[in-house]
Amino acid sequence: MKILIIEDEPQMLDNMRRTLEREKYTVETAADYRAAGDKIGAYDYDCILLDITLPDGNGLELLKQLKEQGKDDGVIIVSAKDSLDDRIGGLDLGADDYLPKPFHMAELHARVKAVLRRRNFDGNTSIDIGNLTIDPGSRSVRNSDIEIVLNRKEYDILLYLTSNKTRLVTKAALAEHVWGDHIDQADSFDFIYSQMKNLRKKLSDGGATLEIEAIYGVGYRLTVL
Amino acid sequence: MKLLNHTTKYFALMLIVLITVWAVIFYFAMLDEVYDSLDDGLENQKELIIQAAETNPSLLNDTDFGVNNYTITKTTLEKHGAFSDTYRDTLMYMQNEDEYESVRILESVFAHGGEYYKIMLITSMVEEDDQIENLFTYLIGLYLVLLVSILLLNNLVLRKVWRPFYTLIDTLKGFRIERDAPIMAESTKIDEFELLNQSVETLTKKSKESYVAQKEFIENASHELQTPLAIGINKLELLLEKSSLTADQSQEVGAVLENLGRLTRMNRSLLLLSKIDNQQFVGIEGIDFNRILAHIAESFEDFAEHRNIRLKIVETGTLKFPMNKDLASILIINLIKNAIVHGEQGKEIEMEITNLEITVRNYGSEGGLDASKIFKRFNKYAPGKQSTGLGLAISKAIADKYGLKLGYRFSDRHMFTLRFPTE
Repeated sequence: MKILIIEDEPQMLDNMRRTLEREKYTVETAADYRAAGDKIGAYDYDCILLDITLPDGNGLELLKQLKEQGKDDGVIIVSAKDSLDDRIGGLDLGADDYLPKPFHMAELHARVKAVLRRRNFDGNTSIDIGNLTIDPGSRSVRNSDIEIVLNRKEYDILLYLTSNKTRLVTKAALAEHVWGDHIDQADSFDFIYSQMKNLRKKLSDGGATLEIEAIYGVGYRLTVL
Repeated sequence: MKLLNHTTKYFALMLIVLITVWAVIFYFAMLDEVYDSLDDGLENQKELIIQAAETNPSLLNDTDFGVNNYTITKTTLEKHGAFSDTYRDTLMYMQNEDEYESVRILESVFAHGGEYYKIMLITSMVEEDDQIENLFTYLIGLYLVLLVSILLLNNLVLRKVWRPFYTLIDTLKGFRIERDAPIMAESTKIDEFELLNQSVETLTKKSKESYVAQKEFIENASHELQTPLAIGINKLELLLEKSSLTADQSQEVGAVLENLGRLTRMNRSLLLLSKIDNQQFVGIEGIDFNRILAHIAESFEDFAEHRNIRLKIVETGTLKFPMNKDLASILIINLIKNAIVHGEQGKEIEMEITNLEITVRNYGSEGGLDASKIFKRFNKYAPGKQSTGLGLAISKAIADKYGLKLGYRFSDRHMFTLRFPTE
């Protein structure tokens, strides 16, 4: 999988590159509009992370170029502006997703994986993890032939942790992803504990070879046994 | 009191004094003139009678007024010596009026055939009290006429003259800095008003500029903070993934992350507020509030449960209203979140939806909160709670944007009511 990060802020670029490389992606970077234009023109990528406020041009123009060239690279717009116009404009131009800064690394992985799945398998692929099969199309989870019935939140937690497997996912990242952006002003994210408890129980009852570990009260980590 | 009436009041007071003084002077001047004229008439008559008596001595026997307006009586030189023409006022019975009226009387002495006679002539006089009464009546009349003229003048002429002023006042009254362009008053020929207009124009222009600058500052500052926040958060997240960290170190990093998270939320809320102010939310659709309320309550269920609070929805009507979908959600979310964060543990939060209102009721601290401050930014009632102090301010800003009334009351519970306009 080849990923291009277009981002003018060096430290931001470095963070994203480091975290994505650990997923064994091939990561290339461009720090300005011209370099990005050159790379887009010359190569194909599975996913492009596009910061739209570049010092020498508007990232949305790059998106236009890409579409004019008939390429179907997956594009996730990354923006500090979080403006509705940019979001709508970007999605209208054919971007796959819009990720406002600041975001959690876990969220970045979840979005990138979702785009890669949709791009490469038309969204109809299932994800294998341990002895479980997750089908994002029907939002179902099976252990070979036996379905493990999860509620919406339990399913979202499982999918999110799967996208970030063997990584530590903070409670805040998980809560914001599963419960929505606006749960974020809750004064503690401990409320996710009861859903987590239920999910763990359902997984072990279903004989899943997965373990969700609580890490020092900071977050959770999914590991395959 | 209106400016017009103020000037009229002073005019009226001034006129009373002026007209009273004038009336006194006028009265005495008139009286003087009247006496002068009467006395001249009496003297002339005296001359005529004395002449007539030369040829007709029978006149000398008219000792009674009778039909005449004079009497002639014999007198002596001794008495005459001390006598000169005297005029005085006296009272005399008048048959026609059946009362005593004042008359002007002239007493004089003349010689006829070696004898001395005293002659008294009378003439009816304008009665003093009648005179004063008449004068008074006419003066009142004059006063009223003057007053009415001034009022008319004020209301017709001055109103016209003051029109630019009132136009400006009206414009200023309706001026909202977050909504309106700086005031451009129509020009006027009156220097003072032109000066006022110019001052107001400059003032509103400057205020608007600094308001816009301030808004832009908040928005830009919030934007500029996003990237460093993102870098900080992501670096710490990468650090946390390192297995070499001990439990203590991880928790420290977690605590820093938590605070960066708070900073992020506060920053987002500020950005959201300025976006609402800047009218950056367009796109209106018919929002089904029953559905939104149920949906949001569901997503807050875990959070409420964690705080041992039950969420209860009471639907007594259906509420649909056209607005931006995101803002509608944020509006309701903040109200519910507020109730959960500040609600008393072990109790219930009731959300009632009618055809016109959404009310969120929660138990909590005893006594009502200051309704005038509760919707202000960074107004925190619960120290220690990690709220941004912006949630209710955001709800209020959204409600205001769409003309909804968001109010707070306390009876046995804290109640936030969102009232929708009736078409």
